[in-house]
This record gives sequence, C-alpha cells and structure tokens, in this order.
Amino acid sequence: MAANKHSTSSTTQARFDYAPAPESRAIVDIKPSYGLFVGGEFVDGHGRSFKTISPSTEEVLAEIAEADEADVDNAVKVARRAFRTWGRMPGSERAKYLYRIARIIQERGREIAVLESIDNGKPIKETRDVDVPIAAAHFFYYAGWADKLAYAGYGTTPLGVAGQVIPWNFPLLMLAWKIAPALACGNTVVLKPAETTPLTALLFAEICQQADLPAGVVNIITGAGSTGQALVAHPDVDKVAFTGSTAVGRAIAKSVAGSHKKVTLELGGKAANIVFDDAPIDQAIEGIVNGIFFNQGHVCCAGSRLLVQESVADEVLARLKRRMATLRLGDPLDKNTDIGAINSAEQLDKIRELSDIGEAEGAGRWSPPCELPKHGFWFPPTVFTNVTQAHRIAREEIFGPVLSVLTFRTPAEAVEKANNTPYGLSAGVWTDKGSRILHMANKLKAGVVWANTFNKFDPTSPFGGYKESGYGREGGRHGLAAYLKGEDL
Amino acid sequence: MTPPDSRIEVRKTYKLYIGGQFPRSESGHSYVVDDAKGRFVANAALASRKDARDAVQAARAAFGGWSGKTAYNRAQILYRVAEIMEDRRPQFVEAVRQSEGLTPTQAGKALDASIDRLVWYAGWADKITQVTGNANPVAGPFFNLSTPEPTGVVAVVAPQQSSLLGLVSVVAPVVVTGNTAVVLASPGRPLPAVTFSEVLATSDVPGGVVNILTGKHSNTAPTLASHMDVNAIDLTGLAGDSAQAAALEESAADNLKRVLRPPATEPDWTLEPGIGRMTTFLETKTVWHPIGV
Repeated sequence: MAANKHSTSSTTQARFDYAPAPESRAIVDIKPSYGLFVGGEFVDGHGRSFKTISPSTEEVLAEIAEADEADVDNAVKVARRAFRTWGRMPGSERAKYLYRIARIIQERGREIAVLESIDNGKPIKETRDVDVPIAAAHFFYYAGWADKLAYAGYGTTPLGVAGQVIPWNFPLLMLAWKIAPALACGNTVVLKPAETTPLTALLFAEICQQADLPAGVVNIITGAGSTGQALVAHPDVDKVAFTGSTAVGRAIAKSVAGSHKKVTLELGGKAANIVFDDAPIDQAIEGIVNGIFFNQGHVCCAGSRLLVQESVADEVLARLKRRMATLRLGDPLDKNTDIGAINSAEQLDKIRELSDIGEAEGAGRWSPPCELPKHGFWFPPTVFTNVTQAHRIAREEIFGPVLSVLTFRTPAEAVEKANNTPYGLSAGVWTDKGSRILHMANKLKAGVVWANTFNKFDPTSPFGGYKESGYGREGGRHGLAAYLKGEDL
Repeated sequence: MTPPDSRIEVRKTYKLYIGGQFPRSESGHSYVVDDAKGRFVANAALASRKDARDAVQAARAAFGGWSGKTAYNRAQILYRVAEIMEDRRPQFVEAVRQSEGLTPTQAGKALDASIDRLVWYAGWADKITQVTGNANPVAGPFFNLSTPEPTGVVAVVAPQQSSLLGLVSVVAPVVVTGNTAVVLASPGRPLPAVTFSEVLATSDVPGGVVNILTGKHSNTAPTLASHMDVNAIDLTGLAGDSAQAAALEESAADNLKRVLRPPATEPDWTLEPGIGRMTTFLETKTVWHPIGV
C-alpha cells in the first residue's frame, strides 16, 4: 500500500511517488465555538459543550454547544410555530426555497467538501464527488416534488414537526436525505447531527440563513445520545427519522411504541457482495474495493461480506490483494487519497476489537504493507479469508475497512448465505448472465440490490432496508411517504 | 319403535387452523363461546403460546411458495375463496347472525360485503406492483427499478366486533401481496373465523398461508409480537386498548417488526378501503444495473 507521504513500494519495480496534492484549507472558516441553530439564529445551548476534532490529526476544531432537554423542547416549540405557516405555504413557494438551498450547496460546494473532510476524516475526492453533489441533487429533486405531491400517491398532508437524528458517516448527505423531503412535504424539522461531525450541519444552518428560509423551519441542535433521545421522545414531535445503528434504532422503536409518531429507521447492514465465476472479474474487483473501502467502510450498505464462487476464489483474492496494495491511505485533504481516517477513537477501537476477534476465531487476516500516520485514527484496509458464517466478523457490522471473504458453490448456496443475517439493507451480484442477475435480485432479502455495480446512490432511487436494517425508504417518490399522512387503510 | 320426528343434530367441533390442518389446541384447552344473547353455542379451541409458535412455523414454511406464485395465480386463488364463501351463504349468515346478534338480513349484508371485499383485494394482486413500483431516472447510465415485495410472516390481531367482514378486511390485504399470516380471531366472536378457515382449506389456498387461532389475546398476542421470525404485526383488533397495543408494539421492536397501530375505535368496515393495509406490509426493493454495450 502506498502511504501518501512516505511511499513504500511493495514491488521490486521502481515506482514514481505521488506528489502531495492537498486541497487548501483556506476556503473554510471554522469558528472557535458554535451555538444551536433555533428559530433562524444561533443561540446558546444549556448542556455541557463538547469539542469536535479532526480525526486525521486529533486537532480540536471547535467547541460545540450541547442541547439539553429544555433546549430540545424549545426547538420543537419553534418548529411547531413555524409549521403553522410553512405547512400551509403553497408547494410552489416551498419549492423555491429548496431550489435556493440546492443552488447554495452547489455554489459553496468546495468549501463544504473541505469542511466535511476535515471534520469527518473522509477523502476530499469523496466529499467533492459524492457527498456534496448528491446532497445538492437531493434538494433539487425534492424541491420539484413540493408542488406535485398530489401525483405521488401519499396524499398532500404533512405530518408536522419531524425530529431527525443522523449519523457521522455522511454528515451533510444524511442531512439532505432527511431535510429535503421533510420540507418539500410541508413539515418543519429539528435535526441533530452526530456528535463527532456537527460542522457541516452548522454550515448548512448558515445556508438556510442565506436562502432566507423562514425562521424555525429548520432547526439544528447539537449534542450526543441524550440530546437525540430527548428529541425522539418529545411528545410534540410527529415524525421520527433516524439513521444509525440497529441497537439505537431498536431503542427508538421501543420508545415511540404507543405514540402517534410515524417512524422511519435506516439502520445497520452486513451486505453480501456475490461474485459468480462468469463475472467480469476486473469490474468485480473494483466493485468489491468500492463496496468495502469507500468511506473507510463507514457505510451501512457496505459490501462487507464477499461471497465468491469457489472456482474463482483464488483468482479473485489474488487480484483483490494486488488492487488493495495500490490504495493510498493518508491525508483526507490530499486529492490522491483513497482511504482517509477512521471517524473516532471509539470507532477505531471497535474495528480493532472485531478484527482481533476475527483473527482469534481462526480467520486469515491480511493487509497490504501500510504505514499509518502517527497522529489521528487509522486502520489499514483489511481482508479476512476462511471466514465461516459463524464468525463474528461475518455476522456483526464492523463499520470499517474490513472485508470478510466466504465462498459458495451454487446459486442456491449463495442466496442462503447472503440472506443468513438479521440485516437486509443491500446486496451486490456480479455475473454476466442476465437471467441469473434477476433470479438473485428476486431472492435476496435486501432493500437495494446492485448488479454489476455497487454503492450507487441517487435522489430518485429509494434506499432502505428489510428486516433489522429498518423500515421506510429515503429517496425517490417512495421517500415522500415518510413525511406525508400516507395512503388510507 | 317409531323414528323420532326431529333428528338429533351432528354438531361441529371448532378447531384451530394451522398449516392447512385443523388441530385442537396442543394444550387441550377450550373455552365457551356464547352467542350475542349469552347462550352457549360451542366450545372453541383455546390457542396456546405453542400453537402460536407452530402457526408461525407453518406460515414461514408457506412463505416461499406463496410469495413465489405469480400474482395472477394469487388473484385467482383469492377469487376462488370468494366463490366458495358465496357457495356457503347459509352457513356464514347463521354464524355471523349468531356471533354479532344481527338479523338474517343484516348478517347477509355483512356476508355480501365480505365476499365483495375479497374480490376487490383479489384484483389487486397483479396491480399493486404497478401502482407502488417505480422506474427511477437516476443521473447515470443505469437501469433502476423499485418493486414491492411481501414483508414475510405477518401476525394479524383481527377486529373484535366485525367477526367476518372485519376479519376478511384485514386478512385479504396481507396475503394478496404474498405475505403469509397468523391470525388471532376475535376472542368473543371466533366462530365465523373458524368457518372461514374451512373455506380456505377447500379453496386452493396452500396450507400455512393463512393460519387462524381462536382463544384469548393474552395467550398468543405477546408471543407473536415478540417472535423473532415474525416480520410484521397488525394490531387493528386492539382498537381502544392502547395500553395493550403499546406493550405489543414495544415487544415488536425486538426485531424491528413493521407495526400497524390500532385506531381508537373499530373502523366502519363497510367503507371502501384504501391500499394502506397492503403497502404497510410491503418492502420496496430497488435494483440497479449498468447500461452499456
């Protein structure tokens, strides 16, 4: 593996080093401290403030206010007040605010991308080419729905105040997935970004100000688990939308039991990426790498279980390892970086623990030669071979750059193994045979099936899970259902 | 000896319906079912927790075959159920009259509506995909299609008042899309549900697709709500009992079941339904494939 600064060639061939190609930090202006964004302005929080750090350097970036229960209550009240006008505003007018937001995200795209890379640790090429453009596209897409809801099939009645809690893996993109459809349908929102990645949400608050979005329509409250709990438990919240772990999703489902709240949950996954012997192998290798190493594997739909047909297993593994050795790990702001920093010390501990368990349980562990930076949180791309279905690394979501490889002989065995998990978010199939793709797509219990591709996202395409990966869909026409009263029974 | 001028009736034993069979409760327990005026009608089987688990097993076993049938075939089978109900009019009219204390005319109307409801839902089998699916115009060279799929095994707490029309109105939307069901019949008015199960058994509905348990909710509902191989639960039959519904919803969160919460009062089942009872128990699957030469 090539480290950005100290290129260590693992082959005998001479290789040219990459020159550093860092994106400039000068474009972002991080304030020393941030308050809560409530009612269109920044206000002090009453909880204990906390620090957000850069996971690639451990440098403290800013002091962030924590919303306590009273702050949450206030934000919900403000959102309720704003709902009275926002919910009644003609859809065509709401649309124009959303179009404005989409445009400002595009205008300030590079700034957002850099800020996201700094706060999250993910490579700039991903924030620049994936997170930011898809976030803008979500606002653009749902803006157009605002005055066309009558055609969507879920009625036109908004729910009211949405309480939304999002994770740290795609901070701005998850915000867009939550806020764009909510606003298009006429709801107002109180959103809590993840504690380790609040900065782009707070920048988004500024974007709302620049767009002259009416005060209180979007409220951003920062904090950790207890702030999120207070938000989803608030009796005047009509809709709860959560993306995160299955354990927290389950706790939320329990806490809203018996209430009137409509809930959508987008939770964990342990996706199978299935490679048949007739697959276009070079493309499949790229798909496997993209499936598990994109965003350091901090992806709920990551292809974390590679199911490869026995007859091509050796070849696939050899090529995969060769490809992994070319991945560049290091400075997230370097444009050549493929793998950035792990988001937090806590997450790094979890990845290390599960990987050690994988080794202890007898799986073969391999990483390319790799020099990790001295500061910050890093984990090399790792592959485990000889993994069985009983291994914890084949059952539990690691949420890191760790791939478990299993083999199969027949399509039926592949289906059996792929579905042998309580999760059901996504799956991948690689084969040249069209009828087999459609057969596999039918049999796989997963909300998204990528055939001869992986980790593709689009605002028009519904995303969400089966089974314990949660319920409800985000994106597409289906994504509107989460924010409207819905079909009659 | 002269024959008696009226013969002694052969009574029916009211049993459970699990996996296409009619077992008594494995517990050996039964309970007294009275008519609307409080007169004894029959002893019905009192389903146990084990019966509920057996029913889930049967429903799971039936899921692959039922969900794998063509929508056209499921439509024909549900339509066949309606035909057989029509064929057994007197039996159903009597059962509903007895259970709900209606006049024969009123009971006949409830039966008419039940049959018509089945026909209505049967027609949805091969249309729901077209109404709820989507071709998605993604910004790239990809074929992208979203289609509905059945959630899996659905537990259904059937309405307590409307013993036949209510029952049909909650069972048909669950199974027409390919789910299989474990149904808790109205505890106080279970007999039309038992007769309905006898229709299912003779209508080409594969065993295990619909399983019907009679008895008390307290025995079976918590087992179904917390069962890890049940994918969804419809709590409609708990209309007005918000405490019980909340407790079941909380158990259902253990494996993140899809939950249909009960209304405050039992709905008017004579109204034409929407499609919400079907869509609540559908998943959306989205398939991507590159386009290229």
